[in-house]
Amino acid sequence: MSDPMEAIKQSFFEECTELLEELEQGLLALQDGSADEETIGAVFRSVHSIKGGAGAFALDGLSRFAHEFETVLDLVRGGRLTLDANSILVLLRAADMLADIATSSAEGTEMDAPVEAAIRAELTDLATSGAAPGHAAPEPAIDFAPIASDLTAFDGEVPAGQPAAPPTGPTQSDVWTIHFEPLPGLLASGNEPLYLFRALAVLGEVGVVCDPTGLPALAAIEMGELMIRWMVTLRPSAGDLTRSEIENVFDFADGLCHLTVSPRRLPGVDVAPEPVAGTVPAATPAPIATPPARRVNASEHRARPQSSSVRVDLQRIDNLVNLVGEIVIAQAMLSQIASEPDRRQELTASLDMLTQLTLEVQDTVMSIRALPIKPLFQRMSRIAREAAQMTGKDVRLVIDGEGTQIDKTVIELLADPLTHMVRNAIDHGLEDAETRVAAGKPRQGIVRLSAAQRSDRVLVEISDDGAGIGRDRVLAKARAQGLVDQNATLAPHEIDRLLFLPGFSTSEEVSELSGRGVGMDVVNSAIQNLSGTISIQSEPGKGTTLVVSLPLTLAILDGMVLRVGEDRYVMPLAAIVETMMLEGADIQHLASGGALVRTHGRYVPLHDLGDLLGRPAPARPAADRTIILVDPGDDANFALIIDDVEAQRQVVVKGLANTMKRVPGISAATILGNGRVALILDSTGLQSLSRVTNRTGSERLAS
Amino acid sequence: MSETLTQRSADAATTQPPVAPPQSVEYLVFVTRDRKLAVPITDVREIRSWSEPTPLPHAPPHLLGVVNLRGTVLPVIDLALRLKIDRTPAGARNVFVVVEVDGRPIGLLVEAVADIHKSNGEDRQPVPATAEGSVTPCIESLLLANDAMIQILDLPALSLVADDAVERQPS
Repeated sequence: MSDPMEAIKQSFFEECTELLEELEQGLLALQDGSADEETIGAVFRSVHSIKGGAGAFALDGLSRFAHEFETVLDLVRGGRLTLDANSILVLLRAADMLADIATSSAEGTEMDAPVEAAIRAELTDLATSGAAPGHAAPEPAIDFAPIASDLTAFDGEVPAGQPAAPPTGPTQSDVWTIHFEPLPGLLASGNEPLYLFRALAVLGEVGVVCDPTGLPALAAIEMGELMIRWMVTLRPSAGDLTRSEIENVFDFADGLCHLTVSPRRLPGVDVAPEPVAGTVPAATPAPIATPPARRVNASEHRARPQSSSVRVDLQRIDNLVNLVGEIVIAQAMLSQIASEPDRRQELTASLDMLTQLTLEVQDTVMSIRALPIKPLFQRMSRIAREAAQMTGKDVRLVIDGEGTQIDKTVIELLADPLTHMVRNAIDHGLEDAETRVAAGKPRQGIVRLSAAQRSDRVLVEISDDGAGIGRDRVLAKARAQGLVDQNATLAPHEIDRLLFLPGFSTSEEVSELSGRGVGMDVVNSAIQNLSGTISIQSEPGKGTTLVVSLPLTLAILDGMVLRVGEDRYVMPLAAIVETMMLEGADIQHLASGGALVRTHGRYVPLHDLGDLLGRPAPARPAADRTIILVDPGDDANFALIIDDVEAQRQVVVKGLANTMKRVPGISAATILGNGRVALILDSTGLQSLSRVTNRTGSERLAS
Repeated sequence: MSETLTQRSADAATTQPPVAPPQSVEYLVFVTRDRKLAVPITDVREIRSWSEPTPLPHAPPHLLGVVNLRGTVLPVIDLALRLKIDRTPAGARNVFVVVEVDGRPIGLLVEAVADIHKSNGEDRQPVPATAEGSVTPCIESLLLANDAMIQILDLPALSLVADDAVERQPS
């Protein structure tokens, strides 16, 4: 039982993620005022579905919190609680907390109890404020603690006939009686009464009594079928529990059981006025409550966005991507053959066709891997909220272009650097409210997050309308840290680039959010690992914009095929600044044993690529050799001597990771048109390699 | 070729409890530098003809480099050199025996594939300590077949060292 159950649970968590996204989206719509009546319904349903699932899987913490959340949302839905900006923030925080609980339930980790309690308290306040004046009794829905202990007692077995504990408040005079009679096939369909009863226990206190009447003779008992019936009494923890809410619990058993749900007044208990008068009259709750609930159910189908998506195992897609890579290679091989004189024309003709087809297949397959950047951006809105709360700044995150599609891997790997940049923008970029007002800006700072596709790259921009980079301070700091020469004069954009230097941080004190000395340099290298680049623009008083340019996919790379001796290497195009002839280049040798070459009025280190890689090529006349200027991304450019730049080509990236450990200076491999493997160079790796092999290399250059 | 091998490996896998002498185990026997070496056929993925490897920077000598195995980048090692015998000379019958170690494929350059040896376990013996008193690394046990000695390779030991060598390089 455990294994299939685990799989179903897993899919519940996946569904949970989607529901949480819908929830957050709805709440954000409420926040910026674009919400309609449907929105609050959708928000409510998201939480409700999470609660239902959590109950079925006995995830007590999750279902308990979801229940409290739902209680508040129900008040909103019923028009009994009007949301203002503050209460929406509470709801958003509750949504974040719900997501956290879901994650910790999925991972089986412990929750941060005080934080959870704080948010619970906020929800409770909200719910209490929502109760219309004139109700002396506290809203019973919030008083949830007794249920919690009940649930733990519940663990494992059905407490048959357990006497119900005294009700939590005098207002709870209503008890629902549920007759549940399983039909053949209930168990076979994966239903399990215990889970159903657990789900009921979320709604209130339950007492389960087994009704053995009608049990057939022993010989007639069908193994694997349930022959018994149950009578469940449910004392709701929320006064306005509707019949359909109870029936929802049995959704999956629909058609597999006889179910009668009837309200019953407990004899001998004083009938207190129903806490929410008018909506659910105490005497006959069910008949009136049901119609509106049905309406919601009907609209549910309409409201759910109909995305026609299929979940495909990533492995299958990867296989397909591999195959396409093969086709690309085969086609390149053919191209090579075609360059031979005989039968050239017909070959070229069919090749053109193949090329066209390959491109189309390639595009289609790549697009399967591409996903909208939206979930990532949504995560950022949470990051921004948290950062705003921590810094006490009033921040609005504006998101644009969330439909932009980008490779799944890129999205995953972009999460950390993006988080860092958003936090930075709020922590360092935006001024506090007083400063803003003094500068004639609105109190509320705006951080803009946008994505857009530009040909074969995706640009992600993070901009703030803050004070801009304090260049004097940056320069002073860099000088103090010895990162810049004391007397050097730097252009504004050069000062901005200093932020990407390892170990550089502008913040005066280490804040909880950012500025622990690891900052933009980490972002920078993360972006580079994605074959991306990052640039920074800042205008004093107006704000700062970071532009991250990323490839659409990591599976195919634009590169230059370089030749050193008989070896071929591929250097990512993004890393190459320029190429020049070795002959006539201004090369100087340092006394300490290193060579420099002058480009654009600056001397940069010069290495022989063959030497760096431990594959010294036979000496060749300088006239036949070429220099490429490489930018590993942190502006510490260096130059490499190679024999030739053979071609600019798109290559299919083949990871080395699954076959061997890291190779210095090499990021991956690819397969060239001749079927041979060529190594893809890693500019950052080469740079560190150059520091190790500097001596030997420069000796060769000098000779 | 690879398909029949895989098929056979699958069959062998189902009939091979680790310590059960009566059950026979099949070994792929190959020759390198006049020595007969073998690996359980269940570890063999396929046999590839020679193709020029692309050398890896700062790799140990026995790590010849990587070759294209139908779109996968396959590291290949010179088995003779790895066993500290000698560099395998270029030869027309040279092949890569592609074995899978811990789920990762690796190519072993050998001079020729000899045959498939069925062992019921009785002809198998542990490696005796040599004069120096050390157990030969990378050799797991010995087989006696038609009066010839076959050395069974300890595959995990082989490739682990190959990894280390790459890792220890300056980075």
